[in-house]
Amino acid sequence: MATDRSAEINVRQDGRNVIIEPTGDWRVSTIGRVFREVERIESSYDANTVTIDVSGIGRIDTSGAFLLGRTIHESGSPKSEAHFRGSHPTAKRLILELIERAIYCEPEMPEERYGFVRAFERIGAGLEAAYQEAVETFGFFGRTILTFGSILLRPNRFRWTPAFYVMEEAGVNALPIIAVLTFFIGAVVAFMGANLLETFGASVFTVELVGIAVLREFGVLITAIMLAGRSDSAFTAAIGSMKMQQEIDAMRVLGLDPYEALVIPRVFACVVMAPLLTFGAMMAGIFGGMMVSWATLDISPGFFIARMNDSITVSNFWVGMSKAPVFGLIIAIIGCKQGMQVGGDVESLGRRVTASVVQSIFMVIVVDAIFAMMYLELDI
Amino acid sequence: MSEDIIIEVRGIKTAFGSHVIHDGLDLKVRRGEVLGLVGGSGTGKSVLMNTIIGLKRPDAGEIFFNGQRLNSMSSEQRRALESSWGVLFQNGALFSSLTVRENVMAPLREHLKMPRRLMVEIADMKIALSGLGQEAGPKYPSELSGGMKKRAGLARALALDPEILFLDEPTAGLDPIGAAAFDMLIKDLSETLGLTVFMVTHDLDSLYSICDRVAVLADKRVAAVAPIKELEQHSHPWIQEYFHGPRGRIAASVQGG
Repeated sequence: MATDRSAEINVRQDGRNVIIEPTGDWRVSTIGRVFREVERIESSYDANTVTIDVSGIGRIDTSGAFLLGRTIHESGSPKSEAHFRGSHPTAKRLILELIERAIYCEPEMPEERYGFVRAFERIGAGLEAAYQEAVETFGFFGRTILTFGSILLRPNRFRWTPAFYVMEEAGVNALPIIAVLTFFIGAVVAFMGANLLETFGASVFTVELVGIAVLREFGVLITAIMLAGRSDSAFTAAIGSMKMQQEIDAMRVLGLDPYEALVIPRVFACVVMAPLLTFGAMMAGIFGGMMVSWATLDISPGFFIARMNDSITVSNFWVGMSKAPVFGLIIAIIGCKQGMQVGGDVESLGRRVTASVVQSIFMVIVVDAIFAMMYLELDI
Repeated sequence: MSEDIIIEVRGIKTAFGSHVIHDGLDLKVRRGEVLGLVGGSGTGKSVLMNTIIGLKRPDAGEIFFNGQRLNSMSSEQRRALESSWGVLFQNGALFSSLTVRENVMAPLREHLKMPRRLMVEIADMKIALSGLGQEAGPKYPSELSGGMKKRAGLARALALDPEILFLDEPTAGLDPIGAAAFDMLIKDLSETLGLTVFMVTHDLDSLYSICDRVAVLADKRVAAVAPIKELEQHSHPWIQEYFHGPRGRIAASVQGG
């Protein structure tokens, strides 16, 4: 590979004709510096009078020929011999070829808009998109309920194998991480309680603090958030990549209902597994609190359990448990719905997976708040 | 040396696990020629191309570019080499987060210093050259059909005016008119620019109309390399079947064989 000689251009007036003498290599790597000069020639001379002397050109490629062609393409007959003089093995042919094939036009640069109006425009578009998403998600939910109804009428249509597979994958396999997380949450709550309550001399209330917090909120919330992060993204990615590979289309054509085959088993698995995982999370959280109380407050496990028995009503447990299937349902519905919405490209898969995790965590927390208000009104 | 060799592949062995794809494969590509590579499904045509461009390390054997060993090049030499070849993958392999125009501009931006406006113009020129309309420039790959993606991929492969062009089934999935135009474009480019083209293809029309020589992959090696007219007379059973099957006969007769 010879090194490039830099491109030069020289303009000479000959009567009413303009003669352009390019020299050096006119290659994509060298023409950057003569670009302005060519533009100047193009705008200041009549293309009909321009003649290109090709004899001085070294190596030339399509980009160089394209740039040289700009000086003559606007003439009445760009292919006429009058535009060329001198000889070069390929330059003239290349220039003519490019004039014939390439379209010379000012590229329109996309305009970026900024400012106040643009900000409102974006807020508006965002709100509309959020509204659309909500409507579509409810639509998807309705469709899932209908499909579930039709399966109830013909129970042999239910697909147990994928359902159990998802139950293992999203449920059983998630138990260790969920248990470890809530163990630490329970421990942290106990630490905080111990510190704070000791100043009032009421450190024994740590038991109530840990018990109520873990049973009512933390057990189920941590479970839901882990499910959203772990399984929801997996649902979206799995269904989404099937959508991208046209597998969903193939199922439809073969007379398989993708809702029946893909969505229902996942929804079922999540609704069943969420309470079981929540139960595990509660146990681990209380165990964490118990360990910390034992270590820092000298509350023995036996006393801890007796105290819980006395002062915490079982309704706290049921409040937590009652939320679990609802959260499981939300997570499965959002995960599957986002998966079904993946388009043909990888970009949209990534976008949908992100959206599905964000939306499901958001919805879990919103619904949790609604539950809290509801149980408050009910005095449970 | 009587012939000017630009790529030389010597004793390549490729295996996936216990499954041996190439064993002792040799191939020479001459400067300025259009070399077609054919072979049955699963004989490792794309794998061979990927091995030559350095995406896959062979289990044994060497690859030489202009007499230099690919594996012993410095990173600078490697970079210079990489900017002197263009690769068109089977499905275009466009960057999905960039528009077609930005895709074509990507190698320009990476390797060269030039005003942005010139870059845009060169990109638009390459897009036009590869047979796409100007309206394709601002589109994203997901908005294009398969054939259009392929053309956009070619535009990107041509962005740096490479010396060597690697094409993986360039005309598969194109309509016959588009495929013929594609062939003519490759031929023109190779004639005017002295481009060397290494083309994996099954398109018999391409083989007849633009390939100077055709290499046949069979029995884990290159069974024959020759101009197509000579290859027709070759005694290897697969080659006989390939060129004298019903499709081969038609393509040969159309090309005035």
